[in-house]
Amino acid sequence: MSTPGPAAVFRRRPGMPSTRFLRSELLLIFGRRRNWAGMLVLAAVPILIAVAVRFWAAPSNGESGGGGPDFASQISNNGLFVALTALTLELPLFLPLAVAAISSDSVAGEANLGTLRYLLAVPVNRTRLLAVKYLAIVIFAIAATLLVAVVGIVLGLAFFGGGNMTLLSGTQVSFGTGLWRLMLVCGYISFALAALGAIGLFVSTLTEQPIGGTVAILILCIASEIMDAVPQLSAIQPYLFTHYWLAFGDLLRDPIAGQQVLKGLLVAAIYGAVFWTAAWARFAGKDVSS
Amino acid sequence: MTADTHPIASSVGSATPGIGAGTGPEPGRPDRADLPVTGLAVCTKGLTKRFRSGQVAVNAIDLAVPVGSVFGFLGPNGSGKTTTIRMLLGLIRPSAGWSELLGHRMPDGAAAALPAVGSLVEGPAFHPYLSGQANLHRLDAADRTVDPRTSRQRIDEALDRVGLLAAAGKRYRFYSLGMRQRLALAACLLRPRALLILDEPTNGLDPQGTREVRSLISELAATGATVLLSTHLLSEVEQICTHVGVMHAGTLVAQGPLHELRSGIAPRVSVSSGDPGAAAAVLREQGLSDVVVRSDRADAVLGAADPEQLVVALVRAGVGVRGFAVEEADLEDVFVSLTGEGFDVSG
Repeated sequence: MSTPGPAAVFRRRPGMPSTRFLRSELLLIFGRRRNWAGMLVLAAVPILIAVAVRFWAAPSNGESGGGGPDFASQISNNGLFVALTALTLELPLFLPLAVAAISSDSVAGEANLGTLRYLLAVPVNRTRLLAVKYLAIVIFAIAATLLVAVVGIVLGLAFFGGGNMTLLSGTQVSFGTGLWRLMLVCGYISFALAALGAIGLFVSTLTEQPIGGTVAILILCIASEIMDAVPQLSAIQPYLFTHYWLAFGDLLRDPIAGQQVLKGLLVAAIYGAVFWTAAWARFAGKDVSS
Repeated sequence: MTADTHPIASSVGSATPGIGAGTGPEPGRPDRADLPVTGLAVCTKGLTKRFRSGQVAVNAIDLAVPVGSVFGFLGPNGSGKTTTIRMLLGLIRPSAGWSELLGHRMPDGAAAALPAVGSLVEGPAFHPYLSGQANLHRLDAADRTVDPRTSRQRIDEALDRVGLLAAAGKRYRFYSLGMRQRLALAACLLRPRALLILDEPTNGLDPQGTREVRSLISELAATGATVLLSTHLLSEVEQICTHVGVMHAGTLVAQGPLHELRSGIAPRVSVSSGDPGAAAAVLREQGLSDVVVRSDRADAVLGAADPEQLVVALVRAGVGVRGFAVEEADLEDVFVSLTGEGFDVSG
């Protein structure tokens, strides 16, 4: 045969990166009805807050639940605080639950269905598989955070209007600056959730039951939060991955009090790197019998 | 190594658009760059798998699957066939020994070898919430060696080849077993393959489907692809396989061309007659051994005797002959003689 074989027709030019695999992963995450139901629950919280504050009077001794910064009292002044309140309320449980479910699904879900062996036989390099799946988890974390924020912003502006924003330190800033600060908060939360996603990815490589993985990740999350609340454990608290989660309130001071936030980013980056590497170490040599 | 069999040299050459390639890929014919030099599509040496429990699932096997053959991989349940296949595909790491797929050492050479290998291992597995077409698209998207522009066309062609085009848009969870099996076969056909590793491909298929799959396998073998077929259906092996390998309790007890395996058991001659006792006496006179008398016939090992002379002898002796046949060794008998009569699984 003097002409090149048919495979030559569709062998790609080497060195060109392709996002096809990533898009396929995103389709699995965002194309599944169960995940849309979960995202609806995430979006329900800011809706609930906006409607409740608008149509019901708060009791005279309004206390803020949880250890987070108090945004609830500011809602009637500026709608942007609906988003901030929603994020504060969802960060301890709902957002981690969403990220835990998605990250546990990534490897354990495929092992459970049996599709992992066919994916590896395509072939997909194991490191590449973990990298693409992690990227998809991170994109989901950003999307979930933005979903809560955007729903909060839209409803908040609709019910309470915008205008100047009073920061936690008392100063007033323009609406544009307020919006920018809110985006910084979203970025910080997404970063923290991305670290949780790495822990989730690691747990996902340990099991073939995605639901078991989700529960395990959530237990780790809540255990960390509980240890964070016990005063006697103050020595280890700065090393817990949830410790700096609610530090995003510092982004709403004038000037931005960056210390806690930077520590939070560092802790998240370290946890993310360590657990992604652990996932890689575990998965690279693992016998795939599923 | 000549240029067109050297994997790197030929892929450099293929950076230019294919000459005379036409509007789309040709189905079936594997790229010559994917063929190994040794003439063996699959080659293992001392391949062993010892699990943590201590069980030795595969014990130092030396598999040799010639290029272009249809290799029937037989063995009782639990004999280590699937474990061997998983090691070939790089899913499981061997405890000892090595394996080569299309000339590339596994699992390090997976990126080079596996694009040309289509596999169906332990049944079909796809995402239930995606349609058949979307599932194939996902596998195609993960493949770095194919052209995305021809993706849709290749997927449709693969679905057409297995007869699933009409059900392509249905969600996988609504597929019947036969449809699932066909989708798994379609996944093997998304691009030309030099080697197909199929684990019970006709499982769950209706008779038309079974026939189609067998003719598909023969077609693919005719284009030069190698097929490693793991099956329990000995009739299937007799119909399409050119070579056979038999596993038993982790060891490869026999391997080679099918006719060689059969010659291990001598052909028998069978005489149907109204008086089987008299027929048996004539056969004994002619020097045949292992004469067995049944209710309506007598048979014996043919040995060196000439069947036509036997008929003449029977007629001369006045024995009424209703039927006379020379029976080749039954593959089932060969198989059972190699792997034992027991019903229990190996472990």
